[in-house]
Amino acid sequence: MRRGTLKQILLITDGCSNQGEDPAAVSSLIREQGITVNVIGVLEDDQSEQPEGLQEVEEIASAGGGVSRIVFAKALSQTVQMVTRQAMTQTIQGVVNQELQEILGSEKSMDDLPPEKRGEVMEVVEELGETCDLEVLVLVDTSASMTKKLPTVKEALEDLSLSLGARPGKNRFAIFSFPGKKRHISRLLSWTPSIQNISSIFPKLTSGGITPTGPALKEALFQFARTPEIKERRTSDEIYYEEPGH
Amino acid sequence: MKSTMKNPVIDVKPGTFINGKWHHHTYQIVKKLGHGACGTVYLACTQSQYVALKISHQQASITTEVNVLKALNQVQGARLGPSLMDVDDWQTSTGETLSFYVMEYLKGYELNAFISRKGEEWLGILALQLLDDLDALHQAGWVFGDLKPENLIVIASPPRLRWIDVGGTTRIGRAIKEYTEFYDRGYWGLGSRKAEPGYDLFALAMVMLQVYYPGRFEKGADPVKTLKEKLHQQQMLQKYSPCIERALFGKYKSSKEMKQDLLNHLTTKPKNHGKSVQKRAQPGKHSSPDHYRMLESLGIGLVLLLFSFVFFIFQSL
Ligand SMILES: Nc1ncnc2c1ncn2[C@@H]1O[C@H](COP(=O)(O)OP(=O)(O)OP(=O)(O)O)[C@@H](O)[C@H]1O
Repeated sequence: MRRGTLKQILLITDGCSNQGEDPAAVSSLIREQGITVNVIGVLEDDQSEQPEGLQEVEEIASAGGGVSRIVFAKALSQTVQMVTRQAMTQTIQGVVNQELQEILGSEKSMDDLPPEKRGEVMEVVEELGETCDLEVLVLVDTSASMTKKLPTVKEALEDLSLSLGARPGKNRFAIFSFPGKKRHISRLLSWTPSIQNISSIFPKLTSGGITPTGPALKEALFQFARTPEIKERRTSDEIYYEEPGH
Repeated sequence: MKSTMKNPVIDVKPGTFINGKWHHHTYQIVKKLGHGACGTVYLACTQSQYVALKISHQQASITTEVNVLKALNQVQGARLGPSLMDVDDWQTSTGETLSFYVMEYLKGYELNAFISRKGEEWLGILALQLLDDLDALHQAGWVFGDLKPENLIVIASPPRLRWIDVGGTTRIGRAIKEYTEFYDRGYWGLGSRKAEPGYDLFALAMVMLQVYYPGRFEKGADPVKTLKEKLHQQQMLQKYSPCIERALFGKYKSSKEMKQDLLNHLTTKPKNHGKSVQKRAQPGKHSSPDHYRMLESLGIGLVLLLFSFVFFIFQSL
């Protein structure tokens, strides 16, 4: 198998979308582009019951072929890394399953293998999970109710970078917030290999009560489609390498 | 692939028979032992013995853990983790397929429960045992990862520390699969999450520290300062504190090195003013080697004094 790049969107929100198209529909569309959508719903640490609208979290993730969790803010760090890793494994397993079907005939998947054989397949899945390149676009809901949770989000993202940074494979992260001022999303951090010291990037002023999750996801997709930063960097690297020869 | 929102806890009623789809072994559930992020562990019995059975919706995690257990079971000369007995699928009456594996049932107390019953002097001994096992594990190319008191079981007579839950066990050089923040050096800002021996030694140092701070403690604004304070605040910790500190700050290259150092500290008589003499304290004897030495030099001094006195008198005659 080729060593590819896994692409994920990680949506962190605390409520229901209330503007624009259905986020689950957008999420299905994103999945068609080979990008997985994971969603984390964050609860206030003292919040006793699950607020209405958070079931949307699961709908978006399952439409996007990803993983969802609803957690208290204090469990965010561990959840973010778990969700990301689990989605990576799922995606790779999906690809491996497809290959298995080609080799073993249709309708065969890991479930049809005896446990002994699964072990070998899982070794391959794990190996790929460690060595593949990964792009994660983090999309953070910065509507008013999230304000208090943003320091925790910041910590969780730095922590995610630390976890993934221990893999031999390469990482790229970008952080966007929504709703944005002029457009649906605004860029807080452009594609970078690691997330460190990002305390200053979250906007101090947050917008009012609108949560345009669908439109925001759609714009996030375009950030991948172009991925100018990655390609450009590669070409400029080449140019840079040629320079000493002149 | 399995839905991701499914409740990870699986409720199987005591008395239920679990039949393996592939190997056709049967296990009867006795009671629930506990559950974690990726499955539920039951005490079960076969015709001849008690076993621990871990069952999960997540086939992938079961398969991964089984792979680890197989690798650990192959390591010679040490019993690393519970021994693996069976792996299979179970079709429930509702038509769902769950994956499970069966392992040796380790009957004993979790580390903290054992120490609060038997006394903290056991901590050092258990830590030495653990360092031996960790050394064997590291030599075999693995790092335990999620080392914490809940994953350490002390089995009885003679007390022996064994570990359970290999969910975090990772090949050296990869990213740690599973960890618990308090025991994770990355969380404290003291290292990466790359699987290497020092990762486990940090966690072991935190395990030793938390024995004296049962409610654990917060990281605070300056995590390193917090750790140092906690380390020096507690009088009972002083016998280990140099070792714990070295492990926390990544000063040991191997478990062997930490073990030797810990052994030296545990077998040195405390409070021998300044210079640490690394000699074995001899319990039961009235005077320690140090006292002997003092008496000796006192004796020699006296004899010399006497001689010079006699010499002086002799001369003045
Ligand atoms: N071999 C065993 N013998 C006795 N008890 C066991 C054994 N394995 C597990 N247990 C019990 O079951 C509990 C849960 O097991 P385990 O920690 O493996 O679950 P987990 O899903 O891996 O949890 P975690 O989220 O910590 O990874 C343990 O705390 C322990 O009490």
